[in-house]
Amino acid sequence: MLEIRNLHARIGENEILKGLDLTIPDGEVHAIMGPNGSGKSTLSYVLSGKPDYEVTDGSVSFDGADLLALDADARAAAGVFLAFQYPIEIPGVANMTFLRAAMNAQRKARGEEEISTPDFLKLVRAKAPDLGISQDMLRRGVNVGFSGGEKKRNEILQMALLEPKLCILDETDSGLDIDALKVVAHGVNALRSPKRSMLVITHYQRLLDHIVPDVVHVMHKGRIVRSGGKELALELEESGYAAYAQDAA
Amino acid sequence: MTINVRPARTAAEEAIAAALEASITAEAGQGRIPEVRRAARDAFLSHGLPSRRVEEWKYTDLRAAVRDFPNCAPAPGAMEEAEAAPLVPSLPNAGRILFVNGVLSRAGSDFAALSEGVTALPLDAAIAAGDPLADRINALSPSRYDGPLALNTGFLGEGVALRVDAGVKAARPVHIAHAFPGVEAVAGFTRTVVVVGAGAEVTLVETFAGRDGVAYQSNHAVELVVGDGAIVNLVRIQEEGDAAFHFGTLMLELGREAKLNLFALAQGAALARYNVYGRFEGTGAHAGIRGATLARGRQHSDTTLVIDHAVAGGESRELFKTVLADESHGVFQGKIVVRRAAQKTDGRMMSQSLLLSDRAEMDNKPELEIFADDVQCGHGATAGALDRSMLFYLRSRGLPEKEAEMLLIQAFLGEAVEYVEDADLRDLLIERISGWLEKRAV
Ligand SMILES: Nc1ncnc2c1ncn2[C@@H]1O[C@H](COP(=O)(O)OP(=O)(O)OP(=O)(O)O)[C@@H](O)[C@H]1O
Ligand SMILES: [Mg+2]
Repeated sequence: MLEIRNLHARIGENEILKGLDLTIPDGEVHAIMGPNGSGKSTLSYVLSGKPDYEVTDGSVSFDGADLLALDADARAAAGVFLAFQYPIEIPGVANMTFLRAAMNAQRKARGEEEISTPDFLKLVRAKAPDLGISQDMLRRGVNVGFSGGEKKRNEILQMALLEPKLCILDETDSGLDIDALKVVAHGVNALRSPKRSMLVITHYQRLLDHIVPDVVHVMHKGRIVRSGGKELALELEESGYAAYAQDAA
Repeated sequence: MTINVRPARTAAEEAIAAALEASITAEAGQGRIPEVRRAARDAFLSHGLPSRRVEEWKYTDLRAAVRDFPNCAPAPGAMEEAEAAPLVPSLPNAGRILFVNGVLSRAGSDFAALSEGVTALPLDAAIAAGDPLADRINALSPSRYDGPLALNTGFLGEGVALRVDAGVKAARPVHIAHAFPGVEAVAGFTRTVVVVGAGAEVTLVETFAGRDGVAYQSNHAVELVVGDGAIVNLVRIQEEGDAAFHFGTLMLELGREAKLNLFALAQGAALARYNVYGRFEGTGAHAGIRGATLARGRQHSDTTLVIDHAVAGGESRELFKTVLADESHGVFQGKIVVRRAAQKTDGRMMSQSLLLSDRAEMDNKPELEIFADDVQCGHGATAGALDRSMLFYLRSRGLPEKEAEMLLIQAFLGEAVEYVEDADLRDLLIERISGWLEKRAV
């Protein structure tokens, strides 16, 4: 599904990704852990096409296509979805309007029919309550006045509606209480399928108890420095990242 | 000895002076009208078109911009009326008064079919009949010289006089539609006089549209008296053709506890100026004066307000949103005057602009002139580009760039449009704004 080779990316003069390699086969869930500032969010932005970053070397192929050649919206239509670490508020754009515009834009880009109003409403009614998204939150501006946890759940609702092929979850667990974590994990697990891959960025083993990864990677200073099974997360919880700091030095 | 520093008349000023003279000579009007017109002509002859040296016209130099002066149009025939039809937004529920090329279209107007308690007369008929509405003509004009308004008064003849009887809640809006469908440039001047009786309530809609590529001059003034406790909703939709000049003036007087809720959308014309003179004459009145301006290409769009609190306890809220693309130029000038007697005045003015290009330019000039000591007044102005992180968020969900921009622009303008209480009119405004944005996107 996703094949990243020797990826270098910078923002301004600051090189943040420094030769990153990562392969995620179809249907697998990969976790990335790593210290603050190691470049995890940067990787998620570069994959989703945020214009602020400049890729200076390397390649990213997504289902065989050159992902880096596409604009952010074309990547979304191709099936890349980023659940943001810090979802932003967009006052004046009603959540419902936004969700529908997003679905239709992606359908249009893929040459599909727009979704009808009744079908759209039915779909939202089927998915929103499970994630604890109320009617009021759907009517409000996107994320406006949402609590931290509500914003994260709204990200998962978008993911559930858009049904992407590659889900990138950037610290979706941070700011969630224990019950909300289960709700979100349940929502994510419901989307697991042999045709859908996931990249889960987190600092905590706790999330990985609920969303069990196939592979865990350690990211440090803009590179993947170690990969292993789900037990690697437990090991990191014990020992921290000190060992990698020495390796890299 | 004083030296007359007024520069020589421009060709346009010469042409206007000659046309004014000819118009007054041919048909001066009745009663006090000839005198009113001649005074306006004399004022024009001594001041001319305002240039940037006149403070209120610093950003909108008419002397430089207006290059010639076309003729006024004759009464519209069936063909002009048919061509005008697509330029009139459909308001199924409203009674309509139609002007084509600045001349009343009797066939296109529903004088007989307005709501009960609402009377409309062609302006010339009101004057000829000695209707009291005719006495209101030019009663609210500001003392300071205003070039476009002087011309509107000098050419006075076409227009409509409207009365809403005291206590009447007009069932249907009155739609005053202006269309300039001709391929020949013309100059059109209309005057609307509206007197809303005590405790009455009415919704007025003014629309303006015309053929693209024709440099017609569209000049319309409204004198509106809102009686004690009366409520007026006024929605204005200016979508003139892209080569037109548009001059709009609203002269407003608010009685005791009267309420005006105005929304002015401006998205047409090569050069547009909307001038609002609002005067609080009775205590405890409220004016909500809001609008949205959209400009692209080399359009120039100016909104200038003078809100005069003459008595105590008035409340005014001004909110103008401006969206500028390409090399367009927006101007917002807002002046709040609070006179000595106008204690407890509460006035808030805000101008916010969104610059879609770094070649676009916005000029804001807020002014407070406060002579009372116990008042709350404030103003603010902001200008900025679209929020990049919002744009990325939307695009990361699949919205193409233009569509993402459109959503954010609509959200920005929506904060002003939401003050329009009538849902149909709100929808109409949103539809017109979307139309403009979609045209820009292609
Ligand atoms: N706009 C920017 N300009 C300069 N440096 C930046 C910018 N944005 C991020 N960085 C730097 O890039 C590095 C990586 O940041 P990134 O957000 O990717 O880290 P992260 O691994 O997601 O950290 P965290 O665990 O705290 O979320 C940091 O050192 C950060 O300061
Ligand atoms: Mg991060």
